[in-house]
Amino acid sequence: MTHHDADDLTRLHRRLVDAADHEGILDLTYRSVDSPVGELLLVASPDGLVRVAFEREGHDAVLARLAAEVSPRILRSGRRTDEAARQLEQYFEGRRRDFRVPVDLRLVHGFRRKVVEHLQEIPYGRTESYAAVARAAGNPNAVRAVGSACSHNPVPVVVPCHRVVRSDGSIGQYLGGTDAKAALLALESA
Amino acid sequence: MSATRLRPGSQGPEPFEAVVARHGADVLRLCRALLGPADADDAWSETFLSALRAYPRLHPGSDVRAWLLTIAHRRSIDQLRRRARSATPVPDLPDLPAAEDATTQMSGRIDGELLAALDRLAPKQRAAVVHHHVGGLPYAQVAELIGSSEAAARRSAADGIARLRELRAGTAGDRDDRDDGDDRSDR
Repeated sequence: MTHHDADDLTRLHRRLVDAADHEGILDLTYRSVDSPVGELLLVASPDGLVRVAFEREGHDAVLARLAAEVSPRILRSGRRTDEAARQLEQYFEGRRRDFRVPVDLRLVHGFRRKVVEHLQEIPYGRTESYAAVARAAGNPNAVRAVGSACSHNPVPVVVPCHRVVRSDGSIGQYLGGTDAKAALLALESA
Repeated sequence: MSATRLRPGSQGPEPFEAVVARHGADVLRLCRALLGPADADDAWSETFLSALRAYPRLHPGSDVRAWLLTIAHRRSIDQLRRRARSATPVPDLPDLPAAEDATTQMSGRIDGELLAALDRLAPKQRAAVVHHHVGGLPYAQVAELIGSSEAAARRSAADGIARLRELRAGTAGDRDDRDDGDDRSDR
């Protein structure tokens, strides 16, 4: 494998992404982006961002699960994901409060879907308790289910489950780790 | 994160990116050996696009490398047929590596001189030589690819190697080629 061959393969890969997209068989694309809470994996379908994953989840494991649950037609490409990466960079620099990228919630169903949809309405810099989210999602008794829905949010950061905290003011669990949750809340209160 | 670290999942096919990362170079080498650099890109692209199309239906436990090489072979043969119809002139034959080195040379890398010589072989001989000595496929698989019996595939590869030696030696007559490249037949 010469250097030249590696260049050729990069070029051929790009060409494959183009052709697959043109033919409508590019089901998922992915790229990663650096952030203060570690490297984030961004995965998108033609309909929007399907998954944001933290490093501690294991990006390869996340992609393997998506291959099984959504489609194995997955290629690495900035197509569909570059804009989300750009907006995330702006967010972490404190230059953006709202994400304006399409989100594809195909991985969330039922009550969890209601919760995740409500999360998108919690504004930057604000927090809500799990109990308040349960009420807003139409089931005041489902506080634990809200916690579960938040911890299974497939698009963290972009869909702000980090803005849901315990009624006593402590921050609660987070898929990306409590340090990451604290960092995001600190960023938004600055 | 590197795509080459993606592991095959036990419950389904791994992300296609891992397939491209792992086998892209092999497929390119095979396409170049069969077609030369100019048409190899098209054959590579057609191979992986066609593979991506069928990928979700690929039988679990399939030999992905052999599957890709099969597709690459078919796409390359299509290209060769198109090329034959447009009657591209065969380039002048340059020096070949020494006969004894022919197979070693091929399993390592394919250079332009060897490609030119391969271009002068009969299609079946060329396909057999390339699949066995470059692609590393066993004769049983080579036979399936070129549509002949295993014995015939073995013979085609041997004849191809013998012919390469003749081209190298600048002779066209029959020669005795007993040690004609069957050394990898048990792969």
